[in-house]
Amino acid sequence: MTKILVVDDSNSIRDMVSFTLKGAGYETVEAKDGKEGLNTAQTGTFDLVISDVNMPNMDGITLCQELRKLPAFKFTPILMLTTESSGDMKMRGKSAGATGWLVKPFNPEKLLATIKRVVP
Amino acid sequence: MSVDLSQFIPSFLEESFEGLELMESSLLNLEQGDDETINSIFRAAHSIKGGAGTFGFEHVTEFTHLVETLLDEMRDGRREIQPNDVELLLVSVDCMRMMIEAIRDEGDYEQSKIDDTYKLLEIALNQNNDTSTPTESPDDSKDKQSSNATWIIEFIPEHHLVQTGNDPILLFNALADLGEVTANANCKELPAITDIDPEELYLSWELTLKSSWATEQDIKEVFEWVEDECQLIIRQDSKLAQDGEVKQEVEQQREEVSTVATSFEENKTPSIDVNEADKEPASAKSSKAKSEGGSIRVGVDKVDSLINLVGELVITQSMLSELGNDFNISKLERLTSGLEQLLQNTKELQESVMRIRMLPISFAFNRFPRLIHDLSKKTGKDIELVLKGEQTELDKTVMEQISDPLVHLVRNAVDHGIEPSDVRVANGKPKKGTIILDAYHQGGSIVIEIRDDGGGINREAVYRKAVEKGIIDESTTLSDSQVFELIFEPGFSTAKEISDISGRGVGMDVVKRNIQALGGRIQVESEPNVGSTFRVNLPLTLAILDGQLVRVGNETYIIPLITIVESLQVKPELINRVSGDMVLYRLREDNVPVIPIFKLFSLSAEHESVENSLLVVVEAEGLKVGLMVDDLLAQQQVVIKSLKDNYHDVDGISGATILGDGSVAMILDVPGIIQMAIGRKMQIGVRQMMSSIEGVEA
Repeated sequence: MTKILVVDDSNSIRDMVSFTLKGAGYETVEAKDGKEGLNTAQTGTFDLVISDVNMPNMDGITLCQELRKLPAFKFTPILMLTTESSGDMKMRGKSAGATGWLVKPFNPEKLLATIKRVVP
Repeated sequence: MSVDLSQFIPSFLEESFEGLELMESSLLNLEQGDDETINSIFRAAHSIKGGAGTFGFEHVTEFTHLVETLLDEMRDGRREIQPNDVELLLVSVDCMRMMIEAIRDEGDYEQSKIDDTYKLLEIALNQNNDTSTPTESPDDSKDKQSSNATWIIEFIPEHHLVQTGNDPILLFNALADLGEVTANANCKELPAITDIDPEELYLSWELTLKSSWATEQDIKEVFEWVEDECQLIIRQDSKLAQDGEVKQEVEQQREEVSTVATSFEENKTPSIDVNEADKEPASAKSSKAKSEGGSIRVGVDKVDSLINLVGELVITQSMLSELGNDFNISKLERLTSGLEQLLQNTKELQESVMRIRMLPISFAFNRFPRLIHDLSKKTGKDIELVLKGEQTELDKTVMEQISDPLVHLVRNAVDHGIEPSDVRVANGKPKKGTIILDAYHQGGSIVIEIRDDGGGINREAVYRKAVEKGIIDESTTLSDSQVFELIFEPGFSTAKEISDISGRGVGMDVVKRNIQALGGRIQVESEPNVGSTFRVNLPLTLAILDGQLVRVGNETYIIPLITIVESLQVKPELINRVSGDMVLYRLREDNVPVIPIFKLFSLSAEHESVENSLLVVVEAEGLKVGLMVDDLLAQQQVVIKSLKDNYHDVDGISGATILGDGSVAMILDVPGIIQMAIGRKMQIGVRQMMSSIEGVEA
């Protein structure tokens, strides 16, 4: 089963992403900030990481950089979930090693459609 | 497919309110260069915006977007933190709260205030030279030319593409959702096997997509995440494009037809939703989440202890039922100890369950820093607010209902209590006034004090006003505390001019009524030039009450223990009969009116004359009365059941409970009884009468 790590400091967003993904048959694990995400990431293997950018303790960009340093996450798709759709933010995500980005407002159908580009 | 997200709205709302609170308190403490605070404010706004967008609350998103932009400028250091901006942000927080509250209550909000603030935000943003409010709408309909076309896509990825987690095969699969795809791999860049780095990608592709509806935009979107890491050439197959002209027109018509069809379908979907909503009106109602409803966040430790206790209870229960399987008298001792254990378990369980409803009073106190900030600005008074005992826990319902009275008391302290700076200095006091909010437990109740170091209550002014308003007679002699009590009388206001801060004299009596409705009481102490203290006593919870069981005739009644001053056997020589039916009983310095309960509820009692009965002296609204009863029974905690919910309101009864033997007993509403017995208008008369008797005897 495809296992997805969802990192967001907002409970409701996290719940929704998880809910949507679970409804589509994915398995999800949640973390409430970058730090927790990084710790959780090291407890197993994941097929995809979806992370918010603005978070306390560790932001999504840093999380992305840290994950890319781990052998197990070298090729794992990492998507940034963000409202900041400006090119600048995308570039920062890219240079940190992010695979792509999902622009909030978050739309369940779109989410499911787009993650197909990175997970089987 | 459609995913219904409405179930997450309550949690979004809760989170938003928390975010707004955080924004507010952080804004109040904001200082130049405090990046972390700015960041946390920004994050809160950002989350609200994101959530609102997801749930389709466009008005919130749009508004919050401006707030966020302003904060972003502060965060990046492009904008200095100025008091004006902070003020504007505070007002914006109010607006956001108003909109979100409107969502919660499915109510309306003041659009004009939102619009005004929105304009102010825009102006503020325009002042800062580069006002590039990031536009977020992706160009959706830019090149929407559809055709039954064959697209040729050359996809030449950079070698490191896979290292960002992208996988060409998945991209092709996504592309295949648009139409029929054939892929030709080009391996000319593939090095000799010895030179291959397994982490690199050496292939490139030429893809052919046959699709009746895909646009160039659709194709680009598939490659959206890799466009910087590859060469992407998309073109329509020219051969087909040429003779496609005519076809295209037909296609277009066909598309129009299909748009009509889809829009028809779209219309269908919501109507199904409506039906579904109709099916469960109950759940829809409950999700309306009026402030009384909603959810509580409970600490895990509290839940754990609850589970522990339930475990214990199960053990005790199984022990008892085993004991009952074939019971004989030799097992009596074990039965008794088992029952004792059950009693213990139940008690602890009850306490734990009550604790779940308890929240630290900081929930109610948190709004005050902002209130004081605003009021200081409005009045030009310099005021410091000190919060104490914020961790004191209080029942959630009590907390929600005490909040407004507290606000009124604090406003009152600012308006009437604290003097203007120049007056303070002239009176030898520090320029800055202090208001202290203090909460602590005392016995089974919680005490909240509102202390100010202002001018104190002007005894003369209060007295004169009361005479003027006809509340008391000019000849009445009253003690200080009796005078201060007068400010709680309906229609009393001492402010020389009505200000928009502490209201129009409808305040204090409402405050007092609300507190009494919660089974609490309020007292005031004041000293000229030193300050005033309002002390609010509240029961810890509304669900359980410490009661004194009394017997009148064949009925058992419960008197709330908190109202009882003392119980005594009547001594005939202390009885004082005055005009009418009124009987007064001399209790040391006081004369208390005697109220025969049996008469009130038309019962027959064992003792129908005062002389040989028992008197329970109770106090409410500053008045003491003696309730005549036949017998005092046990004191115990009782669970309050609402009469209104199960029957209807009855004068003099505040509720009912079920006793250990299964019988129902009524709980007396002491303030109500006093009103019934002596009538509202009579109260002051009684007071005067009592004080005049005091005067005579003194």
